[in-house]
Amino acid sequence: MSDYRIQGATGEWEVVIGLEVHAQVTSNAKLFSGAATAFGAEPNTQVSLVDAAMPGMLPVPNRQCIRQAVRTGMAIDAQINKWSRFDRKNYFYADLPQGYQISQLYHPIVGEGQIEIVLDEKNPDSSTKVIGVERIHVEQDAGKLMHDQHPTSSYVDLNRSGVALMEIVSKPDMRSPAEAGAYLSKLRTILRYVGSCDGNMDQGSMRADVNVSVRKPGEEFGTRTETKNVNSVRFVMAVVEHEANRQVDVLEAGGKIVQETRLYDPDRNETRSMRSKEDAHDYRYFPDPDLLPLVLDDVFLDECRASLPELPDVKRKRYEQALGLSAYNAATLTADADTARWFETLVAEAARIQGKSESDVAKASANWLLSELYGALNRLGKTLETSPVGPTDGAELLALVADGTISGTIAKQVFEIMLETGDKPGKIVEEKGLKQTSDTGAIEAAVATVLANNADKVEQYRGGKEALFGFFVGQTMKAMQGKANPQVVNELVKKALAG
Amino acid sequence: MTNLTDLTVAEIRDGFRAGDFSAREVAEGFNANVAAAKALNAFIVETPDKALEAADAADRAKAAGETPGALAGVPIGMKDLFCTKGVQTTAASHMLEGFVPTYESTVSGKLWAAGAGMLGKLNLDQFAMGSSNETSYFGNVISPWKRGGGDNAALAPGGSSGGSSSAISARLCPAATGTDTGGSIRQPAAFTGISGIKPTYGRCSRWGIVAFASSLDQAGPMARTVRDNAILLEVMSGFDPKDSTSLDLPVPQWEANLSSDLKGKTVGIPKEYRPDGLNAEISAMWDRGIEWLKDAGANVVEVSLPHTQYALPTYYIIAPAEASSNLARYDGVRYGQRDLPDGAGLQDMYAATRAAGFGPEVKRRIMIGTYVLSAGFYDAYYTQAQKVRALIARDFELAFEKCDLLLTPTAPSSSFALGEKQADPLAMYLNDVFTVPASLAGLPAMAVPGGLDAAGLPIGLQVIGKALDEQTVLNASLAIEERSGFTARPDKWW
Repeated sequence: MSDYRIQGATGEWEVVIGLEVHAQVTSNAKLFSGAATAFGAEPNTQVSLVDAAMPGMLPVPNRQCIRQAVRTGMAIDAQINKWSRFDRKNYFYADLPQGYQISQLYHPIVGEGQIEIVLDEKNPDSSTKVIGVERIHVEQDAGKLMHDQHPTSSYVDLNRSGVALMEIVSKPDMRSPAEAGAYLSKLRTILRYVGSCDGNMDQGSMRADVNVSVRKPGEEFGTRTETKNVNSVRFVMAVVEHEANRQVDVLEAGGKIVQETRLYDPDRNETRSMRSKEDAHDYRYFPDPDLLPLVLDDVFLDECRASLPELPDVKRKRYEQALGLSAYNAATLTADADTARWFETLVAEAARIQGKSESDVAKASANWLLSELYGALNRLGKTLETSPVGPTDGAELLALVADGTISGTIAKQVFEIMLETGDKPGKIVEEKGLKQTSDTGAIEAAVATVLANNADKVEQYRGGKEALFGFFVGQTMKAMQGKANPQVVNELVKKALAG
Repeated sequence: MTNLTDLTVAEIRDGFRAGDFSAREVAEGFNANVAAAKALNAFIVETPDKALEAADAADRAKAAGETPGALAGVPIGMKDLFCTKGVQTTAASHMLEGFVPTYESTVSGKLWAAGAGMLGKLNLDQFAMGSSNETSYFGNVISPWKRGGGDNAALAPGGSSGGSSSAISARLCPAATGTDTGGSIRQPAAFTGISGIKPTYGRCSRWGIVAFASSLDQAGPMARTVRDNAILLEVMSGFDPKDSTSLDLPVPQWEANLSSDLKGKTVGIPKEYRPDGLNAEISAMWDRGIEWLKDAGANVVEVSLPHTQYALPTYYIIAPAEASSNLARYDGVRYGQRDLPDGAGLQDMYAATRAAGFGPEVKRRIMIGTYVLSAGFYDAYYTQAQKVRALIARDFELAFEKCDLLLTPTAPSSSFALGEKQADPLAMYLNDVFTVPASLAGLPAMAVPGGLDAAGLPIGLQVIGKALDEQTVLNASLAIEERSGFTARPDKWW
């Protein structure tokens, strides 16, 4: 459990956090229209008559968006409501063509669920905590106003108008910036696994409204503020920290927290009041009469369940238990669906080429991926997605080391060439003549030369300075241009020195 | 030679197919009547070229030996609530003046596909809100009917489909589309001595119809005969994947199954529809209707619809609530009117645009609807109204355990003079007292003329059926039509 406390003048304060996350549903079409949803398209090119709210236009639910919400609910072990309903949230704004947003206030499609967070992924003994999810509902996104196109007027881009969002509402279960950050990261991981949201916070596909209040430990919840549209994990943590401290300052100065909506300014790292509860809209929610209640049948639900991939928690345990990976490696590899997919291809290929089981090759594969490959990608400013070396080539390289064709040292050289040329490791080893030799004759000759050229050191070694052993091995390897089998070199050096 | 504009839809269709006359002759006849009837103000936009275009296409297709569409050669009027591609669509509001849709409503599209031609866009109460066609931005529609005895008062054609009712009874078109939210097809039909049917909610797609109250709005035909209504309704109905509330059911062959033989049918007479003080002539007409249905072979029983008295207040909560939200899109941002005073911000633009764009009755209903949905009042009004709506629907279900259809008056009076009820919105709302319950229950209901009152004005009867049982509604209406011998038509004064 988190012991995060703010030390105030009047004592310790506990922070209470709840997140409302808006996640754009991955689908080709909008929630109630057939218009496309691609990011970054020219303004007003992805707008149907329905999205522009032309007279007489009617919404028709997009099955794929509903399916994604249900699958997301299943992935967090939530109650799926077989009967849900759409409501209209009425307010006027230029980016809201209908004059209302179709949402689900009274009967959301997904009920209570939960997400387990690990507070410190690097620490295998770190405690875990279950954060409750209150509900998930689906709703329409609004368009976008553009204020920089004209000196006196604003322009409206309706490309996002009607795009499906999931609003994922947590319970007020988080107690520190770290927990809020871990929750949001974990949620993003799950969404990416499920494929129901791309989780790209920088593109606005996922954003969080951060509810924060403070209280003296053990007391009732304090009044909360809601900071809107925070678009990175780091910013969410910053908002919690800043807002909690601000509230403590206000309370300790004898003031009161006003229930209000606030905005986060990342440049100044502060939140600002946007509007208080008094000027809050009266949204006049009521059931959308254009839409029938959403009724899900068992066939649909079964299909949704069957389509779910192995989820991160299960995968992480499997990596630890069945593949024998360390807790840290398992956590790192499963934090992102694409990484896990890459790793699994690598392991499967490595096992196939070497004719071994996956658990036999998993450790070496994980180590290579997390150190060699990640190191190289970091250096090159690339990601797994843009990696010049794919998992199949990686597996081939691992196999060449495992069967003794090349040494670990040579493997590093081969890998560098792979990164540069994109060539297959086998081809590189062949062409550059990097194959490791176990030819005892050649190695014995090299050892003999090394010993002859370093008679003084041989003398010292035999006189008890055993640390020189590595020197003879290194010199021999150097003479062999690194291609000698290190084990054979070891044995022959030992034998020659003993002789 | 027969006057082609006196023919019914069935007669035009059959005469055209038989080669008695060309579609062009028919269209020209109606175009001439439309052009000569400006005094009625039934049309907002006249489209004689559209009528001729469809007629010529029908004539060409016939000459080429092609199978004619169900409405080939038949020109009709289109209520200006249906979006028509390339033709101004206003909902009789200043807000949408000049708005030309780039799309065609599903229902109008089906009619054109069946070969019908468009004579023009018919006037209506603004956004279909009204019972006298006095709320149109484009002026009142005048009924072609006059009271007897030299009374020259301009009379209401009913509303909201007042342009449709006036135009049909004046022979400006043989049939027209209407929409009915709380009686907007049936009451104007009753006022002008024609018939019109509101089908079961979901029969006709709402896609492309300017929305008033989504859970109540239904399109339907209006014409002079029951058969004509059956013909049009078959074309207008059908599942539309673009409307989530559309019924995914096959369209019955209503015309082919028309029969005025009601043997084995039981007609329910809801006692709550005969309150103290019911207009004596309306009451007497109702009694005559009961006798006609008995004569057609039906049993007649009294039934009770105990929540009837709550229907009107329930309607005037639900319909304005939905309207207040449905009309939010008219904000001056994307289409239609925009009033942008100098230096105005967004809120100023909204206020100016909506103040200028909406008429008083529309504003009244938006305000009522906004009020009943607002925090603190929602449960007392909207939630309560939804519960009562369910009880009203339940009333009908229970009644239909004892009978197959209901017979009631359509409106509490015959047509009234324009201006007579305008000062008192509540008196105006009472016009819908007999039509609103079936709307709330989503049931098919039809107005059919029964005769004239002492002032020489038409009085109608209403037949309400079980959900999806338009056939029985049409058949009972046909039995009334055959027995009433209603042939009265307004004397031409326009």
